[in-house]
Amino acid sequence: MIGVLALQGNYQKHIQILDTLNIRSMEIRYPEELDSINGLVIPGGESTTITDLMNRIDFFQALREFSKGKPILGTCAGLIMMAKSVPDSRVKPLGIIDIEIDRNAYGRQIHSFTDKLSVKLNGKESQITATFIRAPKITKVNDEVEIISEYAGEPVAVKQGLHLGLAFHPELDKVSLFHEFAFKSQFINETKNHHAA
Amino acid sequence: MAEKGSYEIKVGLAEMLKGGVIMDVMNADQAKIAEDSGAVAVMALERIPAMIREEGGISRASDPQMIKDIQSAVSIPVMAKVRIGHFAEAQILQALEVDFIDESEVLTPADEHNHIWKHDFTVPFVCGCRNLGEALRRLGEGAAMIRTKGEAGSGNIVEAVRHMRQVQSDIKKLTVMDQDELMAGSKNMGAPFALVQQVAKLGKLPVPNFAAGGIATPADASLMMQLGAETVFVGSGIFMSEDPAPRAKAIVEAVTYYKDPKKLVEISTGLQSAMKGLDMSEIPEEERLQERGW
Repeated sequence: MIGVLALQGNYQKHIQILDTLNIRSMEIRYPEELDSINGLVIPGGESTTITDLMNRIDFFQALREFSKGKPILGTCAGLIMMAKSVPDSRVKPLGIIDIEIDRNAYGRQIHSFTDKLSVKLNGKESQITATFIRAPKITKVNDEVEIISEYAGEPVAVKQGLHLGLAFHPELDKVSLFHEFAFKSQFINETKNHHAA
Repeated sequence: MAEKGSYEIKVGLAEMLKGGVIMDVMNADQAKIAEDSGAVAVMALERIPAMIREEGGISRASDPQMIKDIQSAVSIPVMAKVRIGHFAEAQILQALEVDFIDESEVLTPADEHNHIWKHDFTVPFVCGCRNLGEALRRLGEGAAMIRTKGEAGSGNIVEAVRHMRQVQSDIKKLTVMDQDELMAGSKNMGAPFALVQQVAKLGKLPVPNFAAGGIATPADASLMMQLGAETVFVGSGIFMSEDPAPRAKAIVEAVTYYKDPKKLVEISTGLQSAMKGLDMSEIPEEERLQERGW
């Protein structure tokens, strides 16, 4: 079972991607629900709103604990939340991926864009379409972080340990390879369970 | 080559606003209160609907300086309203780089027959509706998000409920129609046929559907979410109440936990008075903002 953080944002679109991969999923709104899942998606939305809602119910400690053993995939606001540092007091990141983020660095909505990207995952290179909506930029990357995709010479997708962080929205273009990669072991187990049932 | 301003990119921002609250604000201080309370976006306007209703006069798009002040005060998306059909106001707001334009019945209409051809713009638009036909006409013109109108500035949820139920019921009817009934369905509701076919197949609108017009309490927000809204707009409900910041925070939380009545008890406890509001019988038909839009 994979959770999708449903405090705010386009969590439904991630559930649809997980459905296409035949991965069971549930919406997560309370820290104790993290106990029932093997991986988590933090969707796009507004990072100020997500920070505020996480603060009110004290999600921070629970998510940091969760990240020690289970994979998290963050997109856009989710990437911001996973960063180590965001120089903006309105956002309190979790510090799961050792990067620094500049929020909305590509500009306001009229500068949002779609373009082709090349992604390197598991030694395999794939071409995808990526949509950037008021997207953040990754401004610093520590040595332990692997850059899996760049756009215009800047990192836009990163991996550290079990975790993936993306500045764009694969769920808007029905790109499922990140979800598949992040939750693959769960995917295999769930498929087995599915057949057994 | 990077592509900008496509319909998918416009709807993409609407997607990111789901499960949130968009708040009407009249200055940078209110915008900051909204952002600190967890708003996903602010709607910049000179007078909130309850004041427009009280003071009368022509309501136009806001002063660019006021919008700029709000843009520099907050990091969340900034939306602003234009008069129905006033594409020059929209061009100005696009040049100001607002994140979303609301072609809104709350302002005095500039054109009594035509809405703006929204496909011409890079910035996305949201429009109000009272039923599916109206929603699909606006989508046909290029709106990237729909909100049910309700009755702005009334503090009364009854019209928001009426419109949301109407849209949902119109959609349900389409889903059980045979192919050969859809053309008549399209004709009867005055909606583009291709969109009627699409909704019949999807069983929902092809863009996010938000609720507006009369939301004043956390329970109102929960009600609209349970009726099928994907986000709520709160206009006069926050800054016409006695306790804007706590109320704004409470409504934000109510949208996230809309299915959890125990949590809603906690959220709703300790707030001061909501805005007074108006019974629909106190608003003559010719003064109802929802009648604007064609």
